[in-house]
Amino acid sequence: MFKGGFIQNLPKIYGLYTGGFLVFILMMAIAEQAGVTAKTIGILFVAFTVAIYALIGYLSRTVQVDAYYLAGRQVPTVFNGMATAADWMSGASFVALAGGVYFGGYSYMAFLVGWTGGYVLVSTLLAPYLRKFGCYTVPDFIGTRYGGNGVRFCAVLVLVLASFTYVTAQINATGTIAARALGIPFEAGVWVGLVSILLCSMLGGMRAVTWTQVAQYIVLIVAYLIPVFWISNKIGAGVFPHLMLGDEVARITQLEGQFGLVKNSAADVKAAGVPGGLKSIAVAHAGVGAGGMAVWKYISLAICMMVGTASLPHILMRYFTTPSVKSARKSVAWSLFFIFLLYSSAPMLATLSKISLMDPNLPTGIIGKSIADVQSIEWVKQWSSQKQVFIADFNGDGILQLNEWFMRTGVVVLATPEVAGLPYVISGLVAAGGMAAAMSTADGLVLAISNALSHDVYYNMIDPKADVRKRLIVARVLLIVVGAAGAYIASMRITSILGAVAWAFDFAMSGLFFPLVLGVWWKRATREGAIAGMLSGLAAGTAYLIYVYPKFMGNPAWLGIDHLRFGLIGAPVCLVVMVVVSLMTKAPDAATQRMVDEVRVPSGKAILGRAH
Amino acid sequence: MSNKEKHWQKTKGHMIMTLCLWAFFSMVIFLFGYEINGMSFLGYPLAYYMTAQGSLLAFVIIIFWFANKQEKIDEEFGFGEKED
Repeated sequence: MFKGGFIQNLPKIYGLYTGGFLVFILMMAIAEQAGVTAKTIGILFVAFTVAIYALIGYLSRTVQVDAYYLAGRQVPTVFNGMATAADWMSGASFVALAGGVYFGGYSYMAFLVGWTGGYVLVSTLLAPYLRKFGCYTVPDFIGTRYGGNGVRFCAVLVLVLASFTYVTAQINATGTIAARALGIPFEAGVWVGLVSILLCSMLGGMRAVTWTQVAQYIVLIVAYLIPVFWISNKIGAGVFPHLMLGDEVARITQLEGQFGLVKNSAADVKAAGVPGGLKSIAVAHAGVGAGGMAVWKYISLAICMMVGTASLPHILMRYFTTPSVKSARKSVAWSLFFIFLLYSSAPMLATLSKISLMDPNLPTGIIGKSIADVQSIEWVKQWSSQKQVFIADFNGDGILQLNEWFMRTGVVVLATPEVAGLPYVISGLVAAGGMAAAMSTADGLVLAISNALSHDVYYNMIDPKADVRKRLIVARVLLIVVGAAGAYIASMRITSILGAVAWAFDFAMSGLFFPLVLGVWWKRATREGAIAGMLSGLAAGTAYLIYVYPKFMGNPAWLGIDHLRFGLIGAPVCLVVMVVVSLMTKAPDAATQRMVDEVRVPSGKAILGRAH
Repeated sequence: MSNKEKHWQKTKGHMIMTLCLWAFFSMVIFLFGYEINGMSFLGYPLAYYMTAQGSLLAFVIIIFWFANKQEKIDEEFGFGEKED
């Protein structure tokens, strides 16, 4: 049934895979009706999908350098788009994004604009040129364009700092989901998550990660969209929620007026014993804050996330794998399309979740009902016992007010199917989707770090004479070491100290954005300028982070630039220093200038050969 | 001006045009978030719609448009890639 090579048959293979996954969901639904317990279904969902990814990882094993680092440069445009989307959408995007919108409203949605708008920068400024260059890793570009191991090492430094900040959060998420689905302690869950991640990446490097990420994208998007459409239809909000929830948004605004948006004082929350991390609704769903500071807060966050997106190595390296420069460009467009499918659904899920809980006319509504009644609802009981939801009767009237209902952000995605009365099979599906999202991002990050260490540090700096076999062994050993380090830190549960995922974007934009962009767009940029720019940008950004973060020095933020936005300090410093130092030093030699000219046209050979 | 220089001039112009559109949908409209939220689109308040869906969709369209037009520029100057 399969004529021709693997690449020609991709649509058929993934078509069958998707069909098989849907059949699996149906079988689980039948099993649920036949009396199989919820717990077994949860285990089956996670175990079955992880086993499939491991199988794909095994089938994609390779002993070739360009397959290990670049998936053989033959990933078709649309499939690379799916793989990038899975690479991009982390466990946090999947589990926490809708919750963030639910609690944060308009100002939180600056993340949505930031995490999508950045792809315009990727496609116009970077992806096609880096693809033409033919590099294996992002530091490979910096090292060749500017010349020398010093500048290469600085790029590795920024890459490791940004990606490692991100990867511990991802391994943490795989651990949480694995622990919940398999019923094991969190620490064990982290190591199960790590083994699953390594199974997907170790034998085949980029090639294996590419084909598992495509499979993971399919699982995660199915798992996200089914509940959104189902709930919307079930409560009669509209057949196609994205276009039809206008009335529900208006109704929420009306109910907010009726119930009142009250911000609880920290003392009250503490006195009532609300578990840490749980929040109540205190921000308008669709309202926009007035005044210059609100505007600046929104736009500055969007800028940081956009520029950070365009500097994150694990995303940029996905575009090294396409067959041509123009397919790299198109591939960015497809990536964003696949990301859009999930990101545009998150606010819809937040809306549906909120109206299900708030509207007294719906059978699922709990706000304004008696607390005794609410506490006897099955899902409330279950999620309370896990400290995911909490009720605090501040005014002692026995009626649940809007500000007396507390939830953890992840609950919006994880519990809404249950709240809306969907069968448990959907909750199992959501767990598998969250696992897919966290694993795919962790895979991309661990590979980005270990590839930079093996290709740039080991092969280019330490042992340029190493043969292929030795290089691939080193690459795999480093993969395990990096993954284990991430899992170890995640298992210590100190992620609150390590800070937010947003930091990865700020680190990357502080150190890498301008050296990458100017490397293509400004021939006069010199090695000395790049080194000075990367180091000073990173130092300025990090210093400001330490200055402003509440758990470090905790000084008041300057012009509203808080710890989520420290890239706004680092990146301009990087730009100014890089330009000034470049102009003060000797212009790059003729060979480098010619190289930049070559990068700017799509046709012709790549600067770096297939195997280098 | 050589063929390569002309190609780069046009590529730069196209990049700047694309980034202007990007800036409009990512920043300019949100400068007026409060003002435009009174208007409505598909029944949603306008600023809410743009941040939840509208700008995201605009970015997707912008990148497809950018990629197609850049391909035409490359072909015009004889730098298009042959299919391999």
